[in-house]
Parts: sequence; structure tokens; C-alpha cells
Amino acid sequence: MSTLTEAPAPLAPAEPEHKPPRKRGRFTPYWLLLPGMLWLIVFFALPMIYQASTSVQTGSLEDGYKVTWHFATYWDALGEYWPQFLRSVSYAAAATVLCLLLGYPLAYLIAFRAGRWKNLIMILVIAPFFTSFLIRTLAWKTILADSGVVVHTLNSLHVLDVTSWLGWTAGDRVLATPLAVVCGLTYNFLPFMILPLYTSLERIDGRLHEAAGDLYAKPWTTFRKVTFPLSMPGVVSGTLLTFIPAAGDYVNAELLGSTDTRMIGNVIQTQFLRILDYPTAAALSFILMAGILAMVTIYIRRSGTEDLV
Amino acid sequence: MPFVNWLKRRLVVIAGLLTLGYLLLPNVVVTVFSFNKPKGRFNYEWQQFSTDAWKDPCGVADMCGSLSISLQIAVWATVGATVLGTMISFALVRYRFRARGAVNSLIFLPMAMPEVVMAASLLTLFLNMGAQLGFWTILIAHIMFCLSFVVTAVKARVMSMDPRLEEAARDLYAGPVQTFLRVTLPIAAPGIAAGALLSFALSFDDFIITNFNAGSTVTFPMFVWGSAQRGTPVQINVIGTAMFLIAVLFVLTSMVVTNRRNKQKA
Repeated sequence: MSTLTEAPAPLAPAEPEHKPPRKRGRFTPYWLLLPGMLWLIVFFALPMIYQASTSVQTGSLEDGYKVTWHFATYWDALGEYWPQFLRSVSYAAAATVLCLLLGYPLAYLIAFRAGRWKNLIMILVIAPFFTSFLIRTLAWKTILADSGVVVHTLNSLHVLDVTSWLGWTAGDRVLATPLAVVCGLTYNFLPFMILPLYTSLERIDGRLHEAAGDLYAKPWTTFRKVTFPLSMPGVVSGTLLTFIPAAGDYVNAELLGSTDTRMIGNVIQTQFLRILDYPTAAALSFILMAGILAMVTIYIRRSGTEDLV
Repeated sequence: MPFVNWLKRRLVVIAGLLTLGYLLLPNVVVTVFSFNKPKGRFNYEWQQFSTDAWKDPCGVADMCGSLSISLQIAVWATVGATVLGTMISFALVRYRFRARGAVNSLIFLPMAMPEVVMAASLLTLFLNMGAQLGFWTILIAHIMFCLSFVVTAVKARVMSMDPRLEEAARDLYAGPVQTFLRVTLPIAAPGIAAGALLSFALSFDDFIITNFNAGSTVTFPMFVWGSAQRGTPVQINVIGTAMFLIAVLFVLTSMVVTNRRNKQKA
């Protein structure tokens, strides 16, 4: 009946031999899977098909829509909204890089240097999640306000002159500029970078650092040759978890940006909920999905980490 | 130069703490501005100290109603997603079955998809079916996107579980139901709890998918979104601050409780 009575073989979780053979259990996995899988098929996979079908329909709200294989919608949508696509990708990329630069030290701190403060810092990283992110994003309107301390300081240090010249800000304002949107995106998705980074850093054996030190590696060399390569799984999943939601986001662009910072999410939202041009909206959403899936696949292939989740 | 050396050694700590400050700054602002008495309709500039909003948190029309809708949806979405997700994780870890790859990718894809895409495609489904948008469509959507996160959390826990414990229970003449209730479930509980907590937070705070599929139902995040256009009442900050404090207190108490229990065991 049980393998326990046999020789105590080393535990291998992948080995199916550990399962007690159950006579009635042949269909059990299917019953367990059925409700949840049905839910995902009907409310996740099926909608994707409906969306694909909607994107090649023509018609109007009054007369109804029919599938006419009108692929021109895609060309028209791309032709009209490519700047928003480009903006989404560049803002999301900028936010991802910033998240990595800001998040890595904090993840490193929690993993190796925090000592007894570790749990407290961890709580402080997660706790903001429980305050509605919309309220927290609105707080940036106060922080970056025209008359606020931040803008005043940046102005007197002439930082805003440089960023304006680069096109990141406009005049002596930060709000309603690309910088504000990227700042909001970075803020909102930073925990998604920190948590996977921390998970992979924490797995690193501390003795490896000592070994590197014993072999006369300077701290920076140790980091470059030992710590960073070993944290690559965290870097890969962190960048994906930041980039994907950031590229589809429209909340930051709407609350902190202006009409010049509209991202593709804003366009899809407006087309679907206000203009009610369903085919164009579906086509845009489909392009965004395909683009992200393609980028993610290439990225995972190139970084060589197949097992992400 | 001792100071430079001191700085060099603590560079990581300083940078990390600066990031932590960046993460917490908005919460500080939200808290401080819950004591503000704004002049106009928007609560973005500091005027004067006042505890009015804390004394009358439901003083804004419709806000507490939206909060209650959000809580109801979050509770039911958590229950639904946790039950369905736990069942899937047990099937994935404990059994061999056909189409495992398809099942895995169906669980992974919702997490790798921008929310706006799921939101838009779900709306096309509901429109095509002629479904009435509202409480139920929001709940359906929330269960859908919480499901994958529950599976990931529970799966990790069940995988690290020693299957021999269950075998031992069976050897000691426990029936399958007894084994499940007395051995399997208690061991899997932390993973299930983590999945449930995550579901609750995700559902309660969701805006993008809800915005597409809510019809005329207003959840709390949708109320905040609307007020960003019409005027932000101070009470929003009161709710935000209260939620932050409740979350921190909740985590701290649970940590103290587990610490005590561990000490008792040892």
C-alpha cells in the first residue's frame, strides 16, 4: 500500500511512485480541474476568441455588427495609433529599468543586510498594496504639484531645464508630463520587481560571498560575478511582472499625464467605453496582446530561464 | 577618509532605504491629507488641520455604499477563487492527467496578460451574450483573474509537502476524508491563506477590469476614479489611511501569534 515501509529512498517530489494507488481515483484529477478550468475557458479563453472576431466585424451600434473579415481595421488602427503604442512601450521600458535600479538595492538590503528588521521592511513593502492604488497615485499629484517642494527643488537645481530639453518635462512643471507618468508607473509596479528579486537573492548561499571574498574579489566584483548572475531568475520575472502591466496601464497616464502622454490603454479604454467603436478597440487590444506575448516569448528565450512561475 | 569608507560600506543600505521611502511617501501624503480641510473640491493642496473627515467618514454621498459593494465582491471573489484554485493545485501536484501543458498555460496566461486586454475581451463576451453588466459580471471577472494567483500560491505549498505524511495517516487507518481534513488541509493551510489574502487584495483594489465590466455599479476604486474627475473628498484619504493601518496591524498580530506558537512548540 505504501512506500513508507520500503527502503527509505531519498525524497523526490517529481516521482509519481509516491502516490498511493487509488482505485476510484482515476477520474479524480479531472473532477478537481473541471470547475476552475471551465471558468478560465469561458471567461478568459472564449473572450479572446470573441475579441478576435469583433476586430474583423463591420457595422454600427444601431444595425448590429457582422463578421466581414475586415482586416483593414488593423491597418487603420495601427496607422492612427502607432504613437500611443510606441509611447506605451517606451514608458513601460523606462519604468521597468527604473524599477530594477531602485528595487535591486532594497531587495538586496532585505535579503542580506536587514537583520532583525527584515520582517518589518517586508511588511512596509507589501502594506501599501492594501491602500487603493488609485488613492496612492492621486497622492503623487500632491507630491509633484507645481507649487510643491519637489518641483521647487528641481527647479532651483536647474534639473527641470535639462529634463525639459530632453522632452521629459514641459517648462517648470512635472505634472502632466512624461516624467510624471513614468514616475507613477515606477511607483505602482515597484513591489512586483522587489518581491521576485528578493526571492531569488534570498536563495543565494551566503558562503558564496565569503568564498568570493577569500579569493580576493572586491565587493563590486563579487556582486558582478556572483550575486547578480545568481539573481537572474528574479531579474527576469521582475522585469516581466513590471513591464507587462505597465505597458497596458492607463491609470497613471490619465491621472498624472496629459493628452500628450496618452498610452495605448487610454485609447482602448476610450474606444470601448466612450466612443463605442468596438472593432477598432478589439483590434487595438488584440495587437497589444500579440505584441506583449511575442516580446515576452523572445525575452524568456534569450534570457534562458524557462521556468518562471 | 573614514566618512567615504563608511558611506561606501553602507551604500546599498542607504539606496535601499531611499527606495523604501519612495514606496512609502504616497502613504504618508494620504495620511497627512486625511487631516486636511481643502478649500475647493480637490484635496491636493494643504490648507489647515481638521479632523472633520475622521469624525464623519461616510459623509460623502455614495462612498460608503461603494465600499460595501467592493467588500462584498472581494469576499465572494476570494471564496470562489480560493476553492477553485485549491482544487486545481491539488490536481496539478497530486495526479497525473492528460493535457497538463494546456492546463498550465491556461493558468499562466491570465497573469501574463495586460489587464486592459482581459477587460476588453471579457466585455466583448458579455456584450455578445447580452449579459446585464453589474455586480455579477464584476464578480465573474474577479474570480477569473484571482484564480491563477491562488493556484500559484497553493501549488508552491502543496509541492513542498511530504507525501509520506499522508501515507502515514492512511497506514494508521485514517480514511481518505479524515486524512484530507486532519493532515492534508492543515499543512496546505498557509498556502491557501496566502492565496486567499492575495485574492482579497487584488479584487478589492481592482480598477481596470472592473471599469470595463461594471455597467452602472460603482465599486470603491471606481468611486475614487470618478472623484478624481469631479472632486476628491477628504474621506477618501480617511479610508485609505484606515486600510493601511488595518493591514499593518493585521500582519503584525499574525506575526506575534505565530511567534508565540513557535515558542510554545519549542
